[in-house]
Parts: sequence; structure tokens; C-alpha cells
Amino acid sequence: MELILPFLIGILFSASLYLILHRHFFKLILGLILFGLATNLFLFVIGRLTRGGSAIIGQDERVATEPFADPVPQALLLTAIVIGFGIQAFAIVLIKRVYQSFGTTDLDDMNTTDQIEEKH
Amino acid sequence: MNHLLIMLPLLIPLFGAILSLFSWRYVRAQQVIGILAQACMLIASFLLLFDVNDNGIRTTQVGSWPAPFGISLVADLFSSMMVITSSIIGMAIYLFSIKGLDKARQTFGYYPVLLILQMGVSGACLTGDLFNLFVWFEVLLICCFVLIALGGTKPQLEGAIKYVTINFLASGFLLTGIGVVYGILGSLNLAELAVLVRTPVSHPALITMAGMFFLIAFGIKAAIFPLFFWLPASYHTPPIAISAFIAGMLTKVGMYALIRLFTLVFVTDQELTIPLFTVLAGFTMVIGVFGAASQNDFRKILSFHIVSQIGYMLMGLALFTPLAIAGSVYFIIHNILVKTNLFLISGVVAHNRGTFALKKLGGVYLQHPFLSVLFFISAFSLAGIPPFSGFWGKFMLAKAGFEIDSFVIVLVSLAVSLITIFSMTKIWNEVFWKNKPETDPLDDVVTAREKKDNRLLHLPVLFLVLFILFIGVYAEPVVSMAQLAAEQLLNSELYINAVLKK
Repeated sequence: MELILPFLIGILFSASLYLILHRHFFKLILGLILFGLATNLFLFVIGRLTRGGSAIIGQDERVATEPFADPVPQALLLTAIVIGFGIQAFAIVLIKRVYQSFGTTDLDDMNTTDQIEEKH
Repeated sequence: MNHLLIMLPLLIPLFGAILSLFSWRYVRAQQVIGILAQACMLIASFLLLFDVNDNGIRTTQVGSWPAPFGISLVADLFSSMMVITSSIIGMAIYLFSIKGLDKARQTFGYYPVLLILQMGVSGACLTGDLFNLFVWFEVLLICCFVLIALGGTKPQLEGAIKYVTINFLASGFLLTGIGVVYGILGSLNLAELAVLVRTPVSHPALITMAGMFFLIAFGIKAAIFPLFFWLPASYHTPPIAISAFIAGMLTKVGMYALIRLFTLVFVTDQELTIPLFTVLAGFTMVIGVFGAASQNDFRKILSFHIVSQIGYMLMGLALFTPLAIAGSVYFIIHNILVKTNLFLISGVVAHNRGTFALKKLGGVYLQHPFLSVLFFISAFSLAGIPPFSGFWGKFMLAKAGFEIDSFVIVLVSLAVSLITIFSMTKIWNEVFWKNKPETDPLDDVVTAREKKDNRLLHLPVLFLVLFILFIGVYAEPVVSMAQLAAEQLLNSELYINAVLKK
């Protein structure tokens, strides 16, 4: 299990970057979502996996019994998931608006703000 | 009382935003709340600066959890200078947006979002915790997303999509870097991290790798050389009141985070980071200024100059002497004020003429001589002509470079200054000096109401120019404060002791 997760994270990262580099809006959204998932999973795994030991201190104990899972990465992860969810929701709405007002699904059509205005 | 003083730059905009949200339907009420919040913020940040200047680094622990476990808020000189500059330009932007922003945008939550953006800026500058830094960056980024897209015109949507995508990626890299740091060192408190990296660790190379994650993440946010292409594509798209704040402040917060992290935590592998920063700084300056020279739009020239000026700030970090870091600190403060002001001036011109294209502008000097003087001061500040403020920043950086024999980067920076003058002269010639292109004479009729609006629009520009003149002509207190700030940054014992030994 612990050997699978790093590979899974790697696959997620590469797949998301591959999708982000595509020109189609829908693939961009998918890529962003996968990228968020990959970073979250990375954050989860790097805090080291401990199965079956929660960091809850018993009623008549001073410290939690070893081995317990580190609660900090979990707390970080929770925050990161919420923030990522918010931004992804915003990105999806934004892309929908862009699609409605430009009528295109091709990112290569969106190059007007980079262009130097013509001299008259 | 001291704890409250550190919290105030976060609490005032938060409560201001909440009150503004309650009075959603009443724009006038939101304006009043906004101005009051800005005034309180200005006073609070001045008090914080004086307090930090007198008593050294101030800290507070949120929720009274002791330092490595709870979330620390730390106000040293650099962060309180950032907070004060943000509140100064916040005030100017608010004064400007009352007349300079259309009613539709004002009714759609502009005021609360801008206040929360300011809270994010203060939070990112005051936090002493790595993950908290990420959270504050997200706070200010999501406000930026909303502000850039607010109004939903075509260029704005196009700019927003570029901005959102690249910043989402940057946040992902930042989070990954935080994960790596926590995985190696097992802490997120910046002071504790500073202690841990200075004790022998098992994998020094991994810390450098984590540092590179941060360099890429904040490099994107600060628009450093290979990572800046989103900036000129998006910063000029929203209305000027919005882009002035974002352009003035946001990249510098990224730069602040870079300076903070690479003086406090990632100092172990300087054989790698210092040459890397030097190369990046040089390219950022040169490419930015050449990009600006090729543009024909008031705002786009200024946008490219943001990139070029970021190079100077990075140059201070690359030289890594006390004087160089002090130069960076001073340069950041100067640049926030000047850049915001130049954007506001372009906004005043466009308010009268309805365009930003240099070809269609002209003759502003005849119509608004006072505005032209204000532009002249700001532009020469940006280029670094003595006695204006940019000169002192560049002088400190150049002197620091000569002291450690880094001639190449100093020469590059001086050459870039010359090209900056070229760009500023171009704007001066095209917008202010040359004759106005043939237009309908009816456009030139100025009603009494427009005159009054114009005076209100000049007010924030004048407000900022006073500060620019102050830190330029009366530079000594600001320069010595920047030197003290650099001392605090480089002498990390001070930071560690202030946070951990309470």
C-alpha cells in the first residue's frame, strides 16, 4: 500500500500537468482538479502513514500511545482541501463564463491580452 | 495591548469587510465604512511600526498556544513596513475608486473584497508559520481572482483565466514544498525551522529541494524571469483602481515571502542559491525592461516595468550582504508606492480621455499641468534619478554590489535604469508632451461636475506623491530603518529568540 501511493501521486502529477498543457478548456479543468488532488495526496503521504493509531489521548493518559498518526498533516490536508475546492469551483465558473462570452473551447484563441496594439 | 497591535492590521479589514457585506445594498455606506477602515488601518500600522522600531520584534501566539505548536504572528521591521505601505496605498486606492470606478462594480462587492485582500496582505506579512503563509496567500489570491474577473468584460475574463491557472499551479507547488519541509523537519513554525536547519540534519540536499519548490511558487507570484508571462497578460485588464492595487502590492508580497524564507530558513546551500538568484535577477530586469520598451499602451508599459523592478529586489537577495538586503527592503517600499501611483495617473488620464493607447493620447500637459508634474516625479522616482526615492534603493544595491565585486549584475542594473528612463520618456512624450491628436472638439468641453470629479481623482495621486517625496528627499530615517530591518533579517537569532523564548 505504501509503495503504491508514491507511484499514484507521480501518475496524478504527470497526468494533471499533461492535461493542463492541453488547449481544451475541459481538459484544463480536469488538469487543475487532478493537480489539486495530487498535492493533497502528497501532503498526506509525506506526514508518514500510520494505520490504526489515532492521536487521541485516553482519559487516564498524559500522552497518546505510540504509534499514532501525526495529526498535523491531516489538519493541513483538511485546510488545503477546502481551499482547493473553493478555487476549483471558482475556476470552473470562470471557464464557463469564458466559454459563454468567447464561444470557444480553445485556449489558443485567448491571446488578445498579450498582443501589442497596432500602430495607427 | 501589544498583542492587539499585531492583530489590528488583520482585524480592521476583516470587520470592515463584514460591515460592508451587511450594507450590501448601500454603496454610500460601504464607501464610508471603507474609508473609516482605511484610516484606522493607517493609524494602527503606524503605531505598529513605531512599536516595533522602539522595542524590537513583536510576537503574539494566536489562541495562546506556546510557540512551536500554536500559530505565531511576528511583526519585525520588514513586515511592519510592508503592512504600513499596504495601508498607505489602500487608502489611496479607496479615495480613487469612489470616483474612478464605475457604479456597477462598486455595487458588486468591490469594497468588501478589497478589504479582505488587504487582510490577506497583512496576514502574509505578519505570519510566522509556513502553512499559515500559504493560507494567507490563498486569501489574497482568491480576492485577486474575484477582483480581476469583477465586471466580466472580455479582456478581464481572458486575463483572469491566465492568472487563475498559473496561480493555482503556484499554490500547488507551495503546498508541495510545505509538505517536503514538514516531512524532513517535522515543524512549520518559521523560527523553529530556522533552528532546525542550522543544526546538522540527515538530508541537507532535501532542504535545498524544498527551497526550490518555494522559489518556483513565490517566483511565479513575484513574477521572476522565466515565470512572469502571466503578469503582462492579466494585470492591465481590470479597471485601474483594481489593477493599481494588485500591480503595486501583490508581486511584492511574493518577493517579501522569498526574502523572508531565503534569509531565515533556506540558508544552508548558498553556493547554489546565490548564483541562481543573481542570474534570475539579471534576466528579470533585462527582459522586463525590453518588454516594456516594445509596448504602446500606458498600462502595459507599466506592467512590464513591474517585472523589471522585481529584478532589483531579487538582486538584493542575490548579493546577500546587509546593505544589499536593506536596499531590497527600501526598494520594495519605494516601488509599491511609485508603481501604484503611476497606475493611478494612467487611470486619471484615461478617465479624461477614455483610452490607454499612447497613439491616441497627447496634450495632457496643457490640460493638466499639475498631473504632469506628479507623473514627472513618480516616473523619475521609478527610473532612479536623485533626489527621488528610486535613487536611494538603486544606490544601496549598486554600492553593495561593488563592495563584494559583483560588477556584472551592478552594470546590468544600471543599464536597465537607463532603459527605464527611455520608457518613461516615451510615456512623457506621447501622453503629456506631444500635441493632442485630432478629435471632436465637443470632447474637450469640461463640465463643472467633471472638474470636481477630476479634483477628487487627483487627491490620491497627490497623497502618494507626498509619501514618495518624503522617502526620497528625507530618506535618512527610512534608509536607516531599512538597514535595521536587514539586520533583523540576516541576524536570525533575533527572530528565533523573539518567537521561541517567551
